[in-house]
Amino acid sequence: MSESRIPAAYMTPGTSSFADFLTAQSPELLPGHHPVPANLGDIAPHGTTIVAATFPGGVIIAGDRRATQGNLIAERDMRKVFPSDEYSAVGIAGSAGLAVELVKLFQTELEHYEKIEGTTLSIEGKASRLSALVRGNLPMAMQGLVVVPLFVGFDPDSGTGKIYGYDPTGGRYEQTGYSGVGSGSLFAKGALKKLYRPDLDEATLVAVLVQALYDAADDDSATGGPDLTRKLFPLVHVITADGGRTLPDAEVAAVAEAVITGRLQRPDGPIAELEGGR
Amino acid sequence: MSTPFYVSPEQLMRDRADFARKGISRGRALVSLQYADGIVFASENPSAALHKVSEIYDRIAFAAVGRYNEFENLRIAGVRLADMRGYAYDRRDVTGRGLANAYAQTLGTIFSSGGEKPYEVELFVGEIGDTAEADQLYRLTYDGQVVDEHGFAAIGGAAEAVGGYLKERYTEGASLEDAIKLAVAALGHTETEDREIEAKNLEVAVLDRNRTQPRKFRRIRPATLVEILGSAAPTAEVEAAKPAEKPAEKPVDEAPLAPPAEDDGEPPIAPPIS
Repeated sequence: MSESRIPAAYMTPGTSSFADFLTAQSPELLPGHHPVPANLGDIAPHGTTIVAATFPGGVIIAGDRRATQGNLIAERDMRKVFPSDEYSAVGIAGSAGLAVELVKLFQTELEHYEKIEGTTLSIEGKASRLSALVRGNLPMAMQGLVVVPLFVGFDPDSGTGKIYGYDPTGGRYEQTGYSGVGSGSLFAKGALKKLYRPDLDEATLVAVLVQALYDAADDDSATGGPDLTRKLFPLVHVITADGGRTLPDAEVAAVAEAVITGRLQRPDGPIAELEGGR
Repeated sequence: MSTPFYVSPEQLMRDRADFARKGISRGRALVSLQYADGIVFASENPSAALHKVSEIYDRIAFAAVGRYNEFENLRIAGVRLADMRGYAYDRRDVTGRGLANAYAQTLGTIFSSGGEKPYEVELFVGEIGDTAEADQLYRLTYDGQVVDEHGFAAIGGAAEAVGGYLKERYTEGASLEDAIKLAVAALGHTETEDREIEAKNLEVAVLDRNRTQPRKFRRIRPATLVEILGSAAPTAEVEAAKPAEKPAEKPVDEAPLAPPAEDDGEPPIAPPIS
């Protein structure tokens, strides 16, 4: 806050979007504002697998903790799942540094709107704002710094959880049931395809998502599995009508340990039922 | 061309100050009180959509009287300044003192510039700390003066009567209930009588240190107010006994209507930005 008169632009009624205001007033603060040389993707740490799924009355999003840089592990305890407001959360895959900035902008965007307008955006409105932010990053994506979020939220109108997937150009796709993003998501989604049921309860769904992340870590070197020695476990964020909460480490640890115990017996994880109950 | 009359600078400033004061005194009073766990703001405000008290940032609130369009501009500027700083630096770097300074500079410049009419507003910027001792309450006047208030303060029409009432009865470290009761009683006090203000005509909000969320601002719902104030709404008889007295025509509300706020008392909550 400067020590002189507030600039006229701040006092002018107009947009209730913080990102638009930032673009007009201080574009240098936008993530990915600076032109970069091609193929920076090689030196930027890369975040990997996020999964999300809905259950009756809510939605859960979970992410592993690893960031990689080429063949190296850049971070073991990275946070890639962030609450964006009380009733929504965003998980990110892609260029880690840029993605974290993008999330910070998105969080500010939602809070700013609430304060200026005195009301919250609809879930679709929030998803749409995130689209715009991802699209703003397109020039960076062209240089190899791709950010792809997975957005989840609780829709108070329908009383259900929603999941939105994105592409690097800001395209937004509502997902049904479950979804994933990041390098390990192929394997995670494969696991979810067999394990997911729409009527699972919250606790069971948490276990299913941890199973899916385990499968991703099993086959994708860029995805980290539960780290028992360092006590690092996936981040799990649950959103219901009561708001969002990130599960405490101890709770996720118990789930992860159960998953590992199961895998000691059967390394490939639970068996999906075949037709005829076999 | 005729020669303009000479007006002394003293006279000029006095006229501008009179103009602003007159505008402000037409509105109703707004009080701010420090209590054990934070700061409470209360005002008589029949509108549920046009707020006089609002959230600026995690620990900072804004309360104003006077012309709605003018203080609404200041409020929006405050939210933008705070969010901009919090985004560019960190949430902890947004301070009430910085905001009060920016408002003071702005109001001061407008007041003394010949080209603009002075703002007819008076405002509070409140910020809570980790303990009651660290709480800050700034009162800003139409000409950009900043007063660091301690304990309680009143602004707007009848501010003197209301402030006097508070001065006699204010105690430090009161509970939220007691603070709200005192604030509401003070708002209803004039030299000639003490009115009881209906809960639905009150706007009360607090910065509450005990909230677990980083955003400490909270509106007190009318239902909760009724509980706190006890004897609910005054009966029709009492209403009738008070003939169409009285002052305070609505503060000049000429700005476009803001969308109605969610009245669940709890403001939308932000997670910690990490």
